[in-house]
Amino acid sequence: MSTGLGDNEIISRVLQGEQNAYAELVNRYQGYVFTLTLRMIKSREDAEEVAQDVFIKAYRSLADFRGESKFSTWLYTIVNTTSITFLRKKRLDIHSLDNERVFEIADGKDSGFRANLVEQKSRVNMVNEAISMLSPDDAEIITLFYKAEQNLEEISRILRLETNTVKVRLHRARTRLKEKMEKNFSEEVKNIY
Amino acid sequence: MNQQENIEQQLWSYIDGFSSNGERASIEKLIATNFEWKNKYHELLEMHQLMNTTELEQPSLRFTKNVMEKIAQYHIAPATKNYINKKIIWGIAGFFFTLILVFLIYGFAQVEWTSSTDSKYTIDLSRLSQVDYSRIFNNNFVNGFMMVNVLLGLVLLDRVLANKRKKFQKQS
Repeated sequence: MSTGLGDNEIISRVLQGEQNAYAELVNRYQGYVFTLTLRMIKSREDAEEVAQDVFIKAYRSLADFRGESKFSTWLYTIVNTTSITFLRKKRLDIHSLDNERVFEIADGKDSGFRANLVEQKSRVNMVNEAISMLSPDDAEIITLFYKAEQNLEEISRILRLETNTVKVRLHRARTRLKEKMEKNFSEEVKNIY
Repeated sequence: MNQQENIEQQLWSYIDGFSSNGERASIEKLIATNFEWKNKYHELLEMHQLMNTTELEQPSLRFTKNVMEKIAQYHIAPATKNYINKKIIWGIAGFFFTLILVFLIYGFAQVEWTSSTDSKYTIDLSRLSQVDYSRIFNNNFVNGFMMVNVLLGLVLLDRVLANKRKKFQKQS
């Protein structure tokens, strides 16, 4: 149940020792955090574990949140570092360009299966499917921009990149997403355009 | 970047609202008059709207409960700025600054300024191997200086560890 309090107000309550107030922040951001981790990590079980880890880390370092940025921006910075650490542990390459070949191979293997499966799905599901085929880097930047309500400056803070670099990477990620959609969901894409 | 990519990049900037007023006006004109731009614009706009309609994924129903159960075992760590002692940071900075300064003074003191008037600014690198480094490092001044540095380093380390020990005792 939502309390209607702002993030900063909830944070001060938690810092004053009201631990249960933190549940409101978890409820508020679990969808965003889980979507981001899922799009980077791809496996639901692992993504849920990492998302939980993110909220625990955020709780433990809540005193470090100075309110200079939105709480969500600060939280997504933790999502970014925790997911990258997880991916590194799993020895997955997180770099889009290097990874592209791996994802291409994966796409090639099951594109026929996907094409049949997705026939019945809505456009929204098609986009989600296409995003899941992207590399973690591309999926992350698209999710941050479209779903996590972050502007370019905030994304640059989360990813520790220059704003212009973010702009270029966002553009490239969208181009690759478009390519995935055209390649894997050609029929659906024809209906859209 | 090919022309197609360039068009797409400009259109994405326009759709995202990143274009300047001048750019907006020229892109709007191109969309209105150029068939290729118009088609591409509608294609990208459709995709943009589609991406905005995607829904967030939801974790399991027990997610919040799981997190709250786990954080019950933890305490909020004190803010970093509270336990980073500025005196220690300044101490370390001073230590390195002094180190560099003393080395510079020592280095300049070794230069024979009078002989430089005769030189033609040529450096014979082969002579570097002939330098007797043992003479420099056996020097009492350098040894003494190194000793002071080691002592200062140990004092700093002791203070850091003492602070950590105090914090740990307070927490427990």
